[in-house]
Amino acid sequence: MILDVILFYGAAIVALASGISVISQRNPINSAFSLIVTMCSLAVMFAMLGSGFIAVLQVVVYAGAIMVLFLFVIMLLNAKQDEGDRAGGIGRAAVFLGIILAVQSVMVVTKGAQTLPEKHAVTVSADVARGLFSSPRFLYAFEATSILILSAMVGAIVVARKEKGK
Amino acid sequence: MENFLGANKDLAIDAFIAVLKIAVIFNALLGLFSLMTYIERRVLGFMQFRRGPNRTGPFGILQPAADGIKLFFKEELMPEGAHKFLFFAAPVVALITAYVSLAVVPYGGPLVLPFYGQVSLFGRPINLQMADLDVGVLFIFAITALGVYGIVFAGYASNSKYALIGGLRSSAQMFSYELALGMSWVSVIMAAGSFRLGDIVAAAERANPWVWFIMQFPAFVIYMIAAAAEVNRTPFDLPEGETELVAGFHVEYSSMKFALLQMAEYINMITVCALASNMFLGGWLSPLPGILPNSPLWFFAKMLFLLFVFIWVRATVPRFRYDQLMDFGWKRLIPAAAIWVVFFSGMTAFFGEKKAPPTTIATTVAPAAGQVSR
Amino acid sequence: MPNLEAFQTATMGGFSAAHAGFVPAALAVSAFLFVLGAVGVFIRRNVITVMMCIELMLNAVNLAFVAFSRAHGTIDGQILVFFVFTVAAAEAAVGLAIVIALQRNREDLDVDSFNLLKG
Repeated sequence: MILDVILFYGAAIVALASGISVISQRNPINSAFSLIVTMCSLAVMFAMLGSGFIAVLQVVVYAGAIMVLFLFVIMLLNAKQDEGDRAGGIGRAAVFLGIILAVQSVMVVTKGAQTLPEKHAVTVSADVARGLFSSPRFLYAFEATSILILSAMVGAIVVARKEKGK
Repeated sequence: MENFLGANKDLAIDAFIAVLKIAVIFNALLGLFSLMTYIERRVLGFMQFRRGPNRTGPFGILQPAADGIKLFFKEELMPEGAHKFLFFAAPVVALITAYVSLAVVPYGGPLVLPFYGQVSLFGRPINLQMADLDVGVLFIFAITALGVYGIVFAGYASNSKYALIGGLRSSAQMFSYELALGMSWVSVIMAAGSFRLGDIVAAAERANPWVWFIMQFPAFVIYMIAAAAEVNRTPFDLPEGETELVAGFHVEYSSMKFALLQMAEYINMITVCALASNMFLGGWLSPLPGILPNSPLWFFAKMLFLLFVFIWVRATVPRFRYDQLMDFGWKRLIPAAAIWVVFFSGMTAFFGEKKAPPTTIATTVAPAAGQVSR
Repeated sequence: MPNLEAFQTATMGGFSAAHAGFVPAALAVSAFLFVLGAVGVFIRRNVITVMMCIELMLNAVNLAFVAFSRAHGTIDGQILVFFVFTVAAAEAAVGLAIVIALQRNREDLDVDSFNLLKG
């Protein structure tokens, strides 16, 4: 439908523009704001690709939690603006090679994706839940990631804590 | 119109109905917001042995209009060194996230007028819900998570230490209580078997609404406490307490931007009460199932009652200190919510799918399977 | 009785997209965003901005997973996205804790100034 096309390509253009804005803004707060816009437009693209559940999860986890963490750290540490190029000229080399890589990857991907099958699967959250919990390999990974998050939480608190009596 | 648009006819009709619903709901919410400001001041006054505003118009009913006119004519200030874009964008983000959550809350089933029967426009029934999302509850959680940004950016963009600290405190409080908020919904979603808000009310209809409420009562208590913290409402309103932090994150805002921030707070409160009445109190179901019919008026009555409870709590309880607030959120409310989730999951697993008390989850598997096979 | 199915689908009941053809465009966007993130890691001096470019790369990979899940019609791509979310959250938390510890010790968030091990 026409609305889907408008939404998808609109979100794609916004994602690309804000992606460029992430890497080109001087103030880290502007970079963070652009990244939030990128993530929300990616959520719209996920929804147009048929997975509403992942779209909403993207907003909850990424835009709603991880970026808040980034913003807090930027504001509390009073991160300053970027000045100048990186040492050793890798900045300019990176931009040059990046342009080449971007052109090549987009060409290769769009040419290769023409032969992909087209399955019109609109998934609901019950599908994701069933896939996650019914097969043993994903269930094991699910439990493992919960332990991963717990250890990351403990590690983050220990690393960021002030030394007592120093 | 039918033979004019051809292939896009369905889309055009749906868009028209959606725009109609949006216009009605948006204006109704604006009206309810201004009424809420008036009701809050009146009720607070009566609870404090004084009368609220009673000068502007009969019984002070024109007070919201007077406030609006006053705010409209104030001078718009922007502090020196403020981040211009974020200073403008923060109230807009806060207000948009406050309004968008209400797009997925169902106010009733298909619209049925008393003497007319079921209303149908262009051959479609008008559902009193703007978007029946498959992941409705999660969508509201996502929008609530985005609501933190309005406050963070308002605090940062003001280029003022009080505003920054107030903004950071308020947003830290909001996302701390978001966890307890989400966990309080888990038992409701488990009992209903679906993320759709309409299915939750349908599950409450299968079980008696009273039985549903009693079964979910601990979750309801946790939800109300977490929701009061989400909306920055007493006793959790330290970030905007005038005596504590010079009005916190909105200290540098004046005139219409300040009005937008106030509107965002009140509409957030309305959203939270609407969601509670939908998920825990049975939405548009009548309390006497056989005798009185279901109607959207029950939904609004329950929502208004919960708003009254919020005002009542504000008149009664002093505010928390910030460290007490964070301690309560992380060390008491989240463990309580987690214990309730574990307990409810255990009961569901113990009683089995067919005999889970008293909402039978088996009767919700069939509609869910029907959705999947679409 | 009006067609409830069509009505629900039409009002974005399941985020339905009635026709495909988004997959190649989504993969192109994913590739471009990934390259943007990679270039950003190399040209930015602030540690926190470098971490944000890493998150951009992870988001691009998520988009590729979801696009391939749609192309093949299976759910595995979306489950992998689920795991990428959790791993990215854990990595962001630990990375930012390290940044806080660095700032506390060195008062500097410039990537090029952490060169004490340089020979």
